[in-house]
Amino acid sequence: MTITLAHHLILGAILFTVGLFGFFLNRRNLIVLLMSVELMLLSASVNFIAFSTWFNDTAGQVFVFFILTVAAAEAAIGLAILVLLFRNRNTIDVNELDRLKG
Amino acid sequence: MSFTTVLFYLLSLVIVIAAFRVVMSRSPVTAVLNLILVFFTTAMLWMIQEAEFLSLLLVVVYVGAVMVMFLFVMMMLDLRAETTRKVVKAHMPAGLIIGAIMILEMAFVLARSWFDTPAAEALPADYNNTQALGEAMYTQYAFAVEVGGVVLLVGMISAIALTLRRRSDVRYNNPSEAVRTRAEDRLRLVNIPSQSEVSAATASAPSTKGEA
Repeated sequence: MTITLAHHLILGAILFTVGLFGFFLNRRNLIVLLMSVELMLLSASVNFIAFSTWFNDTAGQVFVFFILTVAAAEAAIGLAILVLLFRNRNTIDVNELDRLKG
Repeated sequence: MSFTTVLFYLLSLVIVIAAFRVVMSRSPVTAVLNLILVFFTTAMLWMIQEAEFLSLLLVVVYVGAVMVMFLFVMMMLDLRAETTRKVVKAHMPAGLIIGAIMILEMAFVLARSWFDTPAAEALPADYNNTQALGEAMYTQYAFAVEVGGVVLLVGMISAIALTLRRRSDVRYNNPSEAVRTRAEDRLRLVNIPSQSEVSAATASAPSTKGEA
């Protein structure tokens, strides 16, 4: 029994679903929501690496490099907004952030 | 079962369990530590798949910088541990069922289309992952690398601009104002004429009278 491409892709799918699950489950802490986003981005990277090694194509790995770049910028800005939010409202509870009533 | 097969299942198990613990953990610090475990184990998996450069990059950049940034922010925010979990418990079974259905659907589609894909032929012995990646990045994707640099610059500037604040209750020194100060702004020279000899003579006159 050998590992095929489908094994890696299913691992990515499980990781993505766990991230999405955390997004809906965790409605209290904004910082854990950011971590769920990181999990989902990681699952995309897992898929890219799997395809890249399976087809001997470097382009997939270059794309993972850019995913890491964008994810780092996203985490920096997200955490900055989080700090700002905590300074102004003194909470990062998602349920209490209801000032913008849609 | 070959060694890499066993390793794949072992690492995947660790990844999935740690990812679940990220989502379910009570305290955010535990969640970050589990997320670090997820990234480490994924890096090992990528190492098996011969993506060495990105595997090391994940450890150095992600675990070393981004996750530590998460921990720093958590330290600044002074969060309290969760107390009420009733709402979460109520939604748990439905969420788990929907998640399982999602995974099964995706697994079905992916396994149908990619299960018997043969792997590409083995890489030559002198293949260097870092070199190949570098050659692709700085020739074919040079413009994209520059755009990535701009994205990082914008991220840095906006993070600094968002969190920068001027506190009114703290005394601080303004360097640019201090440099621009001139002597004539601070010091006023007043020309006062000195007392003459004549007035000194009249001042001493009454004392001599008193003696007499």
